[in-house]
Amino acid sequence: MRYDILVIGAGPAGMTAAIYGRRANKTVLVLEAASYGGQIINAHKIENYPVAPHISGFDFATKLYEQAKELGAEFVFEKAVSIEDKGADKIVGTPSGSYEAGAVIIATGSDKRKLGIDREDELVGRGVSYCATCDGAFFRKKTVAVAGGTRTALEDALYLADIAEKVYLIHRLDKFRGAEADLERLKARDNVELLLNSEITKLNADKRLESIEVKAKDGTVQTVEVSGLFVAVGRVPENQNFAAVIDLDDKGYANAKEDCLTRTAGIFVAGDNRVKEVRQLVTAAADGAVAATAAVKYLNEKA
Amino acid sequence: MAVIKVTQENFENEVLKSDKPVLVDFNADWCGPCKMLAPTMDAIADERDDIKVVSINIDDEDELAEKYEVFSIPCVVVFKNGEEVNRSVGLRPRADIEGLLR
Ligand SMILES: Cc1cc2nc3c(=O)[nH]c(=O)nc-3n(C[C@H](O)[C@H](O)[C@H](O)COP(=O)(O)OP(=O)(O)OC[C@H]3O[C@@H](n4cnc5c(N)ncnc54)[C@H](O)[C@@H]3O)c2cc1C
Repeated sequence: MRYDILVIGAGPAGMTAAIYGRRANKTVLVLEAASYGGQIINAHKIENYPVAPHISGFDFATKLYEQAKELGAEFVFEKAVSIEDKGADKIVGTPSGSYEAGAVIIATGSDKRKLGIDREDELVGRGVSYCATCDGAFFRKKTVAVAGGTRTALEDALYLADIAEKVYLIHRLDKFRGAEADLERLKARDNVELLLNSEITKLNADKRLESIEVKAKDGTVQTVEVSGLFVAVGRVPENQNFAAVIDLDDKGYANAKEDCLTRTAGIFVAGDNRVKEVRQLVTAAADGAVAATAAVKYLNEKA
Repeated sequence: MAVIKVTQENFENEVLKSDKPVLVDFNADWCGPCKMLAPTMDAIADERDDIKVVSINIDDEDELAEKYEVFSIPCVVVFKNGEEVNRSVGLRPRADIEGLLR
């Protein structure tokens, strides 16, 4: 079957696009690689979405999913691996086949960035974590490290300082972007130690993480005993598969403005995978609306 | 069969002494990915009578979570004849969860 609009990614941006597409009476298929909801399912509490002052990420995702389904959007749980532009027809490939659509909206969001060192994957759930608020409670009275210089890294370190016995904050540089207040609050804690100009070079573990090797810019190497390592080195957009039809910036974000248009007519981008200042639910939802409306206009002008 | 709620009290009987392989789902009420995984665990429990599926709330059963070194949830651990043989961490599709049994 051919769909009017094919949306890649069932996060807040993609599902909002599906709602707008269906309300304009277009047939809509949403392809999702993992589960509906996107990143937000990891949030315990959302407190900044208009009209919903206290909602869990799970409830937010489930309500949005039900709303899109109720309006008649179809969901298939498969990963999109390619897009081929044949003018009026766009062919979206998956590992098991392909789908045809008149317009495509890429709403693939972003994924956690890894440190990229040996044994990192194997130790996830055995000491390595990417979400302090999710896994912090397992490290009560233990020693942990946070890796990264992002605002999230500072927030994670503060959060963990309340739970863990000791927290090391390890950062490649000696400066932190933004969040000066968080940094001052961290420095005031006596169970937090900053290791700056330093990189984690090795994870030592038998069955679970036991220590990390930290190498400073001046060449000194030390082994730090930790039971937990929280990686907060940012996120990466998931656009690699689509570079044939959209332009990416040097970090991999889709080069598209607020209008969500790309260099290919009939292919749009929406959400956290787009170049933008504010990556939040409300801006993801806004992109979904803008991209779907542009897709509907594109389809109607062709018809 | 439905998913069985397991606590410190019945862990030995339901898991360690089970004659079928057991999928143990460690989870918590505040964990979104755990809630997303729950329907998968329900479906496996309903459709397969060659295995047992149990659920452990880590906030109520912190001793079990600590004993089995659960550091991230959702965490699904497979027990056969009283021993851990495999585990997965994070939200996974059904095929991956059932794949742990092989
Ligand atoms: C722990 C946490 C807490 C947060 N709290 C808040 C908050 O309180 N308020 C707020 O406004 N924002 C919050 N955010 C940010 C918010 O979650 C994101 O801005 C938002 O989810 C972005 O939506 P999106 O649809 O663009 O992308 P995503 O949510 O990343 O969704 C993208 C979806 O696309 C899927 N996908 C990726 N590649 C493919 C492919 N090739 N084929 C098929 N599917 C694919 C992914 O699996 C995913 O489901 C939080 C984020 C995190 C991680």
